[in-house]
Amino acid sequence: MLGKLPVYQQFQQNKGGAGKMGILDKHKIIEKNATLLLVLSLLVVSIGGLVQIVPLFYLENTIEDVEGMRPYTPLELTGRDIYVREGCYLCHSQMIRPLRDEVERYGHYSLAAESQYDFPFQWGSKRTGPDLARVGGRYSDTWHVDHLRNPRDVVPASIMPSYRWLEKKIIDGKYVADSLKANAAFGRAPYSDEMIEMAVADFRAQVDPNADTDGLQSRYGAAADWGGKDVNVRNFDGQPELTEADALIAYLQMLGTLVDFSTFIPDASR
Amino acid sequence: MWNGIKVIVYALLVLGAAMAANFGRDLAFQVHAIIVASVAGYMLMRTIAAIGDKPKPKETGYLDDVIRWGVIATVFWGLAGFSVGVWIAFELAFPDINFGISYMTFGRLRPVHTSAVIFAFGGNALIASSFYVVQRTTAARLFGGNLAKFVFWGYQLFIVLAATGYLMGATQSKEYAEPEWYVDIWLTIVWVAYLVVFLGTIYKRKEPHIYVANWFYLAFIVTIALLHVVNNMAIPVSFLGSKSVALFSGVQDAMTQWWYGHNAVGFFLTAGFLGMMYYFVPKQANRPIYSYKLSIIHFWALIFLYIWAGPHHLHYTALPDWAQTLGMVMSIILWMPSWGGMINGLMTLSGAWDKLRTDPVLRMMVVSIGFYGMSTFEGPMMAIKAVNSLSHYTDWTIGHVHSGALGWNGMITFGALYFLVPKLWNRERLYSLKLVSWHFWLATIGIVLYASSMWVTGIMEGLMWREVDAQGFLVNSFADTVAAKFPMYVVRGTGGLLYLTGASIMAWNLWKTAIGAGQTARVSAVPAE
Repeated sequence: MLGKLPVYQQFQQNKGGAGKMGILDKHKIIEKNATLLLVLSLLVVSIGGLVQIVPLFYLENTIEDVEGMRPYTPLELTGRDIYVREGCYLCHSQMIRPLRDEVERYGHYSLAAESQYDFPFQWGSKRTGPDLARVGGRYSDTWHVDHLRNPRDVVPASIMPSYRWLEKKIIDGKYVADSLKANAAFGRAPYSDEMIEMAVADFRAQVDPNADTDGLQSRYGAAADWGGKDVNVRNFDGQPELTEADALIAYLQMLGTLVDFSTFIPDASR
Repeated sequence: MWNGIKVIVYALLVLGAAMAANFGRDLAFQVHAIIVASVAGYMLMRTIAAIGDKPKPKETGYLDDVIRWGVIATVFWGLAGFSVGVWIAFELAFPDINFGISYMTFGRLRPVHTSAVIFAFGGNALIASSFYVVQRTTAARLFGGNLAKFVFWGYQLFIVLAATGYLMGATQSKEYAEPEWYVDIWLTIVWVAYLVVFLGTIYKRKEPHIYVANWFYLAFIVTIALLHVVNNMAIPVSFLGSKSVALFSGVQDAMTQWWYGHNAVGFFLTAGFLGMMYYFVPKQANRPIYSYKLSIIHFWALIFLYIWAGPHHLHYTALPDWAQTLGMVMSIILWMPSWGGMINGLMTLSGAWDKLRTDPVLRMMVVSIGFYGMSTFEGPMMAIKAVNSLSHYTDWTIGHVHSGALGWNGMITFGALYFLVPKLWNRERLYSLKLVSWHFWLATIGIVLYASSMWVTGIMEGLMWREVDAQGFLVNSFADTVAAKFPMYVVRGTGGLLYLTGASIMAWNLWKTAIGAGQTARVSAVPAE
């Protein structure tokens, strides 16, 4: 049923018959054995990834030793989920490179330590909008509310979409403890049992200036072991209700503010 | 007996999915559960209706039904993906055309565009063409009977779940790997079935040598499986919700993601499409591949080297220097095997160059190889750290990607579609070669507008960002650079519109060819066995 092979397929058979080709002649063995072709391909493509990825889990200087890094509070984590959901990372990077203009424009270059609790990372690959790695504290909460409602009200040249539905969407943090648990699974993010247990209470306390925030601060703030500052507690969007805008602004306002750079010593060999 | 098991499984699926829809925690999960319940319900009814039917006679010959469906899906998703691309290109110029609707914002639509063109358009083209090529070059019918059908329809379900998920905000936020955990699991199942069909067909081949196109297709299938599984490892927040949390974080996650991301380019958009090139170009030119030795060397060199190139997406980031340098060096070396493929493809035309004057389909394929050569030169150049410090984060990257995607992947696919449709629908020829020429020129001019406008904005914004005055202060605010890009964004959108128009003409031409407009039916092709 085979018949004569079509012209394009003959080249594999015709050439290299006189033993001139040496090592390439041996390739015929692979060409006739599908299992061998499969296994060799898989081996060949595995090497690069193994060499580049695996050491990052073992080399000790991969993640810098810094003061102040802590996992996200339940409210900030919810804000981060909104950031991910809306695809913010497609236009905003969170990775300041150690280049003169970037350090000038955005602040200290980003450390690996600063994204160690980001599952997954949000470094981004494109700056259609500016970098947000250190946007925390740069603008007021009201600016953020206005900007999310209609970016062109505060930045006329902006091409960012309006996110006016965020301030209307009321949230209750019903599932936030599950979120913390998933982040903490296999000893990844350092959420204690107490943090997970108190997640909903902490979620609500962070937007309520009249709440008793001792618990929240003892877990995430200056009183905790992170060596950092107190958590921002305020009504972020200025409305009585707890909305998605509260969570997103809480997240934006802490970005890049955790690490204490006065105690940071760069590793020259990294 | 077998039908009985199928009925029970489908019924359980309907029930399970309906419960998931009821108890689901978020909209995306609920909608997806309803989609799954509907599909399972449809399959249930089909199975019940078929009970008692006489078993169909065993079919022989090539299994081309699923390839015909694949061709239709390729054209459909192509038009869909290009349209979304044009739309979001104009959203960047005129931000209010999302009308304040969350589903239409750039952040939600961008993954719809990228997944539609890469995985839906490109993926269907790869699956359909690989099924066509592997049968013709092994002289064997596709292995696994209905498994090929499962691969095709299962893959369409994956596309629908992924795209609708993005619209509702279900995303892992890993570029080109955005679908959430259950969609990833589904794709893994479909992909393993794809490997079984493809490899099974090779195992039962009648021709002792495995043709070079199949090496590339096979490397593409296995490597994508490896990349997909590793990069998508995540922990679901709940089994009743779409949200998951990635297994890795920060720098390790970034390295894993771009190991995946660059090799989605390397294996999905390069190795797979080289498989297409190695069959359709010699067929259309009716010449043998230029060099056997070169095909061996560039195959092994390409698949070995590509996998190292990921870190060039992370130059000057918090990724340790050793990894960045390694990625840069390997990316530059990668230029060589890439051009090995280009030379093998182009030189296949030696002795047949005159055909370019008369055959617009071959012209399309040759230009696609040209664009492949151009973007595989531009890529290594942009992987040099000094160049990357300017180009990274800018529109230059977007232009680079599109000269590869529109020029290489798009054009070689169009060429393959023009080759396949007359064969698959038993027609003597295409409905109109003149329309192919129109498509060719519209697409080419569209790409030129796209790529050049992105070079201009990319290099301009890169320079504006770093510009300092005599006192050392930054000259431009970020908003200044955004405003400066407006005219080029309009040019870019126009280029995309031309490309979309060309593809629409192709769809019309292929449709008229398939229904046999203006020609008499051809005698059916010779079966394989």
